[in-house]
Amino acid sequence: MQAFKAETPGFVTDTAGLQCLFDVLADEGYRVVGPTLRDDAIVYGDIDGVTDLPSGWTDRQAPGRYALERRQDNALFGYAVGPHSWKKFLFPPIETLWSAHRGADGAMSVTVPERPADKFAFVGVRSCEIHAMAVQDKVFGEGAYVDAAYAARRSDAFIVAVNCAEPGGTCFCVSMETGPRAAEGFDLALTELIDAGEPMFLVETGSEAGRRILEQVPHAAATAAQAEAAMTVSERAAAQMGRSLDTSGIKELLQSNPEHSRWDDVAARCLSCANCTMVCPTCFCSTVEDHSDLTGQNAERVRKWDSCFTMDFSYIHGGSVRASGSARYRQWMTHKLANWIDQFGTSGCVGCGRCVTWCPVGIDLTEEVAAIRAVPDEGRSR
Amino acid sequence: MAPRPKLAVWKFASCDGCQLSLLDCEDELLAVAGAVEIANFPEASSAVVEGPYDLSLVEGSITTPHDAERILAVRAQSKFLVTIGACATAGGIQALRNFADVKDFIAAVYASPQFIDTLATSTAISAHIPVDYELHGCPINKVHLVEVVSAYLMGRKPAVAAHSVCIECKQRGNVCVMVQGTPCLGPVTHAGCGAICPAYRRGCYGCYGPMETPNMPALTREWRELGADGRDIQRALRSFNAWAEPFRQESAAHDD
Repeated sequence: MQAFKAETPGFVTDTAGLQCLFDVLADEGYRVVGPTLRDDAIVYGDIDGVTDLPSGWTDRQAPGRYALERRQDNALFGYAVGPHSWKKFLFPPIETLWSAHRGADGAMSVTVPERPADKFAFVGVRSCEIHAMAVQDKVFGEGAYVDAAYAARRSDAFIVAVNCAEPGGTCFCVSMETGPRAAEGFDLALTELIDAGEPMFLVETGSEAGRRILEQVPHAAATAAQAEAAMTVSERAAAQMGRSLDTSGIKELLQSNPEHSRWDDVAARCLSCANCTMVCPTCFCSTVEDHSDLTGQNAERVRKWDSCFTMDFSYIHGGSVRASGSARYRQWMTHKLANWIDQFGTSGCVGCGRCVTWCPVGIDLTEEVAAIRAVPDEGRSR
Repeated sequence: MAPRPKLAVWKFASCDGCQLSLLDCEDELLAVAGAVEIANFPEASSAVVEGPYDLSLVEGSITTPHDAERILAVRAQSKFLVTIGACATAGGIQALRNFADVKDFIAAVYASPQFIDTLATSTAISAHIPVDYELHGCPINKVHLVEVVSAYLMGRKPAVAAHSVCIECKQRGNVCVMVQGTPCLGPVTHAGCGAICPAYRRGCYGCYGPMETPNMPALTREWRELGADGRDIQRALRSFNAWAEPFRQESAAHDD
């Protein structure tokens, strides 16, 4: 069993303290978003307080299946990640990049829309999601072309992590070494201690901003027993992963099997619907649409989430490069698990399991990798 | 000022809903009238300017020998021809006749069937003439109609995506109803509606017809997993876009 040890004993607070945290964040000008119930699912949306959290609910997840269930207790964070990821706030699904106007004198003016002043506080961020943000930071925030709007939203964000107690049936963060316990990348991290009946939270601080906010929230020093209980929560979670993925030599495995028969096998099941890429917290691809209006005097460029599963995505002169379903699935999975390492120095997968749960036909990438690994030399490039 | 392009709107077998979406543009309608000369649009005005026309919008399917002739004349006087809606692009709901014997329907419906002169099939406009652009949907999305006209005027490609409804659904933040147990046609259906039905917790009805790369057997296998039988699948696929090839072919595979 994976063992965890707290670096500092941390602090404890209760549900009232958590409510106070929400209030302090709101007073500090943050737009507080977190898990809440909607449409028989736990989604991320605006929350005012503790009563907006999915108290006493959990989720049952399997490939292509998701359902809520009542818990035996009143845990506020007793579930895994749902259909949404924080990406929708940091990298909005649809965003106007600029608009242009041609004046009566023929001169062009270009306007970049004012960025909403939202400063987000994300409450309930799981360790895998912190890793996903770090992956997207490399894409949008580093290199020669920084996405300024993303970078601003990201640096403004206040992260309240929650260490997972109840991994889902499609979780495999332990395999990806991205969880279940948040090690860094948060301002505050909570571990819910439910055994006492009513939720208690062990609080760790991860930044100066986190320490400053915590000072305004009623809390006490954690006892050694409470700190140990929090470690036990993470240890239990680590032992309950619904899935596992053997990552040893995965880059070479996938890169050397472009002709494996499994790609055709999965293509027979794959809908090319793109749901996996939409729910993936690291998938970053977008398209831009240019629109001119009826007068021909106004134009705008709109960025939208796109996917390597669409035909337009790989369209170049003469047609789409990845015309077959097997080519599109291979592109997605090989990029995510192998070529990403070449490109960004990390895997593109954080083991959150969303692509498995939210695939309408339940394609499980851990199973697809295992199938290729089982016959590793079959599809070597020639 | 250069003469404005002449726009004509033509109706074949249809409910008029798609051409009405042009009148439904409201905010943009004056801009449309300013950008093009509405030369032939009987639904809006009885004043008809003679052809040829620069841009023709064609609604409806071909169901009679007369219309099969008429569409040739429409093509002959149209420089750029766009079909709008499920009837014009796929044959419409009236293509259900294609799966049965139209004579039986005529006998059942009309007191004097000898006066009915109809074809055995309802077919898309593209089955009869070359079409320059197809705008899908039952009904079409008026935003797309304005986009297509704007793109035509600018000489650019319309920005109308051909991928699945799922992408629109996720962009909107909907929770997938299919993963929650409701059979949905979204994964095989052409985007365009903005994922209206899933936003209201219903499965997609496929109003916009097949998406660019539909994997029909994969979807219907999952429908059966979710408890749908052959009749459910066939009825879902045989609606407004029943005669669109991927839907037609898959529906025929579920005769159980």
